[in-house]
Amino acid sequence: MKKLISLFIISSTFFLGFSQESNLGEIHGDFNLNLQSYQDDELIGAQAADEIILNNAYLNLNYIKGNFETGLRYESYLNALADYDPEFKGNGLVYRYATYSIDGLEVTAGNYYEQLGSGLIFRSYEEKGLGIDNAMDGVRLKYNPLKGIYLKSFIGKSRTHFSYADGIFRGADGELNINDLLNLQSKTKAIIGGSFISRYQKRENLIFKIPQNVSAYASRLNIIYGNWNYYSEFAYKINDPANLLTKSKMNYASGNAFTNTITFSKKRFGFSAELHRVDNMNFKSDRDKDGKAYIINYIPTLSKPHAYSLLALYPYATQFDGEVGVQADIYLKFPKGSLLGGKYGMKLDLNYSRMNALSGNYGQSFLNDEENYTPMLLCFAQERYFQDINLEINKKINKKVKTNFIIANQAYNKDILEGKATGDYGVISSTILVADISYKIKKGHSVRIELQRLGSTQLESAKKLAEGDWSMGLLEYTISPHWFFVVQDMYNWGNEDVSKQLHYVNLNAGFIKGANRFEIGYGKKRAGIFCVGGVCKTVPSSNGFNLSVSSSF
Amino acid sequence: MNKKILFSFLAIALFTTVNFAQTRSLPNKEVKTLDGNNFNIRSLSNNGNPIVISFWATWCKPCKKELNNIAEVYEDWQDETGVKLVAISIDDTRSMSKVNPYVNSSDWDYEVYLDPNSDFKRAMGVSTVPHTFLLNGKNEIVWQHKGYVDGDEDELLEQIKKIAK
Repeated sequence: MKKLISLFIISSTFFLGFSQESNLGEIHGDFNLNLQSYQDDELIGAQAADEIILNNAYLNLNYIKGNFETGLRYESYLNALADYDPEFKGNGLVYRYATYSIDGLEVTAGNYYEQLGSGLIFRSYEEKGLGIDNAMDGVRLKYNPLKGIYLKSFIGKSRTHFSYADGIFRGADGELNINDLLNLQSKTKAIIGGSFISRYQKRENLIFKIPQNVSAYASRLNIIYGNWNYYSEFAYKINDPANLLTKSKMNYASGNAFTNTITFSKKRFGFSAELHRVDNMNFKSDRDKDGKAYIINYIPTLSKPHAYSLLALYPYATQFDGEVGVQADIYLKFPKGSLLGGKYGMKLDLNYSRMNALSGNYGQSFLNDEENYTPMLLCFAQERYFQDINLEINKKINKKVKTNFIIANQAYNKDILEGKATGDYGVISSTILVADISYKIKKGHSVRIELQRLGSTQLESAKKLAEGDWSMGLLEYTISPHWFFVVQDMYNWGNEDVSKQLHYVNLNAGFIKGANRFEIGYGKKRAGIFCVGGVCKTVPSSNGFNLSVSSSF
Repeated sequence: MNKKILFSFLAIALFTTVNFAQTRSLPNKEVKTLDGNNFNIRSLSNNGNPIVISFWATWCKPCKKELNNIAEVYEDWQDETGVKLVAISIDDTRSMSKVNPYVNSSDWDYEVYLDPNSDFKRAMGVSTVPHTFLLNGKNEIVWQHKGYVDGDEDELLEQIKKIAK
């Protein structure tokens, strides 16, 4: 740490030394602030915060001069918003780095983010909305010795809240672009890659000889032929038992995952299909810690990320312990003047996804991570975790009116996905309708209406707990380029518990000018799960004011 | 100790702002092309004409609205100002494979790149999408705008016209 600090001080003096010359370089950055007040609301179960107001803020500063770059981030949680991990507490310079590149070599010291392949064995990234930041601290080299050859290696520790996890990571990755390398001009293009990562964590177990160095590796292949694109990746991780003293609770199994994607697209038509299988691939920066702050790999969720609130009411997240899933998408655009296209054309997106438990000697995989456990390769007959089929139609009616309609059917295995007792909820099956209509009043002034409805069914035995049917309405008025005003209400009118048939009303207004954005809001938020990628956070219900400021320079 | 670093940075910040604050160039970052090649964003070029860089994602409604609305008038914009639009998808590996089918099926004529681990996004100080930048013929950022509501493209066009040759 001290060395790094001196490095920064030396480099700082360096810039100042250069200050007499004409090109001083540039300084840029961005600032974000989220402030929220919390009031008691017994009906929705919201609790007031002792502090009354909670606040998250951060500032990024980057200095760039030619091929040299350095920067830092200051984060402030006084105290962290209620949906953040309370371990984010206080202020600090949590991110600082220096990097330069010369003759194809890039050197980074300090903090960095990195991803190997599609992330199956390693991904360090930030997702502020979810409170995820597992930035690395260490050194990284990237080298491009010849056209078509890309190498990188790194060593470092992974951030958790305001400190770093125990494990030390060593990683390497190589990628060959065959066509570039051999100077081939061909309709077929191929890129192959391989990656390796190893975590060292001291063994302190008195009874079992658990591995101190846990490695994982992955290989990948990308073939492009004309309009076709095929990508596949296979990953393997050696066994990584937790540091326990009782054999019965330990997991000795190795892990593996593969993912396959094929896409085809041409003018006005696109298609993609994906298949993946995951078995025991939870890779953490500390073998003995749980929680999302310690996850060091990323297994993309095979379902469509939805933007409308009722479509995202029951979101899916990858089951790292074991799942097999498929997803397919079709995109169509009917051209102007065609029968369906009409005067302005029409777009249609169809999406299907389904995830099931793995099958094997013991039934469901994630309960059976034993050494001799051998699940079947591909089987969709086991317990279903999630399914989503949805169709989106986007059509411009005339110069003033644009519409977007969605119909979806989802099945969500709440017992498994939220860790409830079997039979509490079972599978929630819901049908969702969305209509989104915008109308241009005059130049710069537009109004938009969103109407959504979710009807659901679940186990008879779960009825007393079920949230049942929802409706949602939204009215938005925008004045380009500076103002927006939104009123929305989510209404849980179908709740089996009459006292929980509640309205969640929110009012928001915002002002945007260039690189600055201000938004204020007041309202009630429903307790729920919010997911991006394979990671989710649970959001407590809340009632209060919020203010957000975002600026970049 | 941490305070010392902050102060030295603030000192530099102050110092440089006083002297040279007005130009802003592109960072030295790699993005991916839709066929898997690496591309240094500093190599962007439009023969001295303006470039619009728009950060978007397949899961972002206002982003798609912005790019679809501009697509309707893009040819006119190009004829009038010579502008080129570069769409940077921040989809990560969850939805990255959908970018190409979506772009092609939507009949977009833009140059599209992928930024799957947000390295370029971070370097540009983009916290939410959509976020649109306008570059002059020397690849210097001269204007930016956060978010999108219907009609924002009119202001963008005015800004483009100001710097078009």
